[in-house]
Amino acid sequence: MSEITDGILQAVHLIVTLDPEVMQIAALSLFISLMATIIAALISIPLASLIHFSDFYGKRAVIIIIQTLYSVPTVVVGLVIYLLISRSGPFGFLGLLFTPEGMILGQTVLIIPIMTGLIISALNGVDRGISDTLIALGATGPQKILEILKEARYAILSAVVLGFGRAIAEVGVAMIIGGNIRGDTRVLTTAITLQTGMGGFGLSIALGIILLSVALIVVVALNLITYSLSRDAQWIMGGTRG
Amino acid sequence: MTKGVHFGFISMAFVLVLIAACFAGCTSQTPAATVTAAPTAAATQAAEQQELLIATTTSLYDTGLLDYIQPKFEEKYNVKLKITSQGTGKAIELAKKGDADILLVHSPSQELAFMKGGYGLNRRSFASNSFLIIGPEADPAGIKDMTPEAAMTTLIVKGTNKTADIYFVSRGDNSGTHSAEKTVWSKAGYNYSTQIQKSGDWYIEAGKGMGETLQMANEKGAYVLTDEGTYLAYKKDLTMVPLVSKGTSLLNIYSVMTVYNDKQSAEKIQMANNFINFLIDPTTQADIGTFGVDKYGKALFTPMSVEVPTATAGWVADYTISATAITPEATAAPVATATT
Repeated sequence: MSEITDGILQAVHLIVTLDPEVMQIAALSLFISLMATIIAALISIPLASLIHFSDFYGKRAVIIIIQTLYSVPTVVVGLVIYLLISRSGPFGFLGLLFTPEGMILGQTVLIIPIMTGLIISALNGVDRGISDTLIALGATGPQKILEILKEARYAILSAVVLGFGRAIAEVGVAMIIGGNIRGDTRVLTTAITLQTGMGGFGLSIALGIILLSVALIVVVALNLITYSLSRDAQWIMGGTRG
Repeated sequence: MTKGVHFGFISMAFVLVLIAACFAGCTSQTPAATVTAAPTAAATQAAEQQELLIATTTSLYDTGLLDYIQPKFEEKYNVKLKITSQGTGKAIELAKKGDADILLVHSPSQELAFMKGGYGLNRRSFASNSFLIIGPEADPAGIKDMTPEAAMTTLIVKGTNKTADIYFVSRGDNSGTHSAEKTVWSKAGYNYSTQIQKSGDWYIEAGKGMGETLQMANEKGAYVLTDEGTYLAYKKDLTMVPLVSKGTSLLNIYSVMTVYNDKQSAEKIQMANNFINFLIDPTTQADIGTFGVDKYGKALFTPMSVEVPTATAGWVADYTISATAITPEATAAPVATATT
């Protein structure tokens, strides 16, 4: 039990003193997971729109496959990508193993299914009437898609936030592709695993708290962006949606 | 309506710029942190500083020994060491696939297979310590100070006839520590897969790291075979005590070897050999012999130079002979192309 209070105190201490090693680890975690989230969003939003707005044979099957991939274990994603980018693998020449870039690649692959699937659901959630109205008002195809994406922005935001959450919280990809190399590819989750293995429970909990603080900053930022896309400027915190 | 959209795009662009700034910051920050001495002279060299990747096991890395040795070696050879600690099996796979330059493990039987497979060169044992059999202070099985084989025999006999409170937690993950446990079983005359595994509720296969296995054993009041480093690190959270610590089959030998394959450049092999020679160098050996005294009140490792254990499960290469700089023929062509 004392480890929990210890952990909270240590977290405060590490944050207040701006411990350089912890700050570097936290910055790397943020950078890798945010990049993965942005790349995944840039792929998932068009991909989900493409699937949602077009009719093709096997659409249901595609969606079921995407939804099944929500369950893919992080270690399996890490392992498959490891085998591809290993020096003896087909993409070994890229030299991505044990680099932050490799970790971004892994996390991007990991979160694309969950983001794409949830964005498809988000688009499905938009009232059919809006689509009909837009067509009646003479909107062109791209205009219609843009309007519906805008209408679904809050649900798309949750998809992106969930993707980010899965990316920053996962250990499998970070451990296998990153290798937890100090000063190089050590991120918060792998540092927590290491500290737990070394019996440093207090520090592990402290790092967990720091991870949540980083997530808080990102989630607030993502919310600000989405709210600013809103047509009527609402007060961000505590404002009601008109 | 359009105004809102523009605002959104502007703020999005703003965030992207921030991230780009962070990226620039991150990349310039890292070398600045590592290069502390001689900033001007090292600046030009740092660009082509050689990197050496060490694959090792978690139980060794968790002791902190490598973090202690790392700066000394880096300073001497102007090289950057990157250390990744994974399970023994994973570390060996990394080395086999050529993703690591040096392998540092403690599993003689698996090392033998690795060397016989032609994946490594210059294997040297550089340190040892003892595995421990630890258990509840009350010692319900009464194994204190027995030989490892007798202790394990007592445990299985009492465990299988359902004596109360007799449990054994095994790593069950093919780690170096798990192989050591299997060696003790076989020396005690048991076939591991037929007589030990699934022999009853008393034998628990954790499938976890050493630290988690210790915690599990502590919760269950079970016996467990552990390496000394992890035990000492966890000691304050455990109520268990060491019961058996002597016996040749509990000997835990750490070895290092250079990874060898046709993609490995001669420079890397040479530098890996330098690392091996550095580990068996008398000065480093002396450092290894005192490591841990300040933190645990006792040394975690016995350097090989002090005492070469005679009876081991596998084989101990002579530490007194330096690793030689072997240039494999197959790398001649890739090296030549790399310089152009």
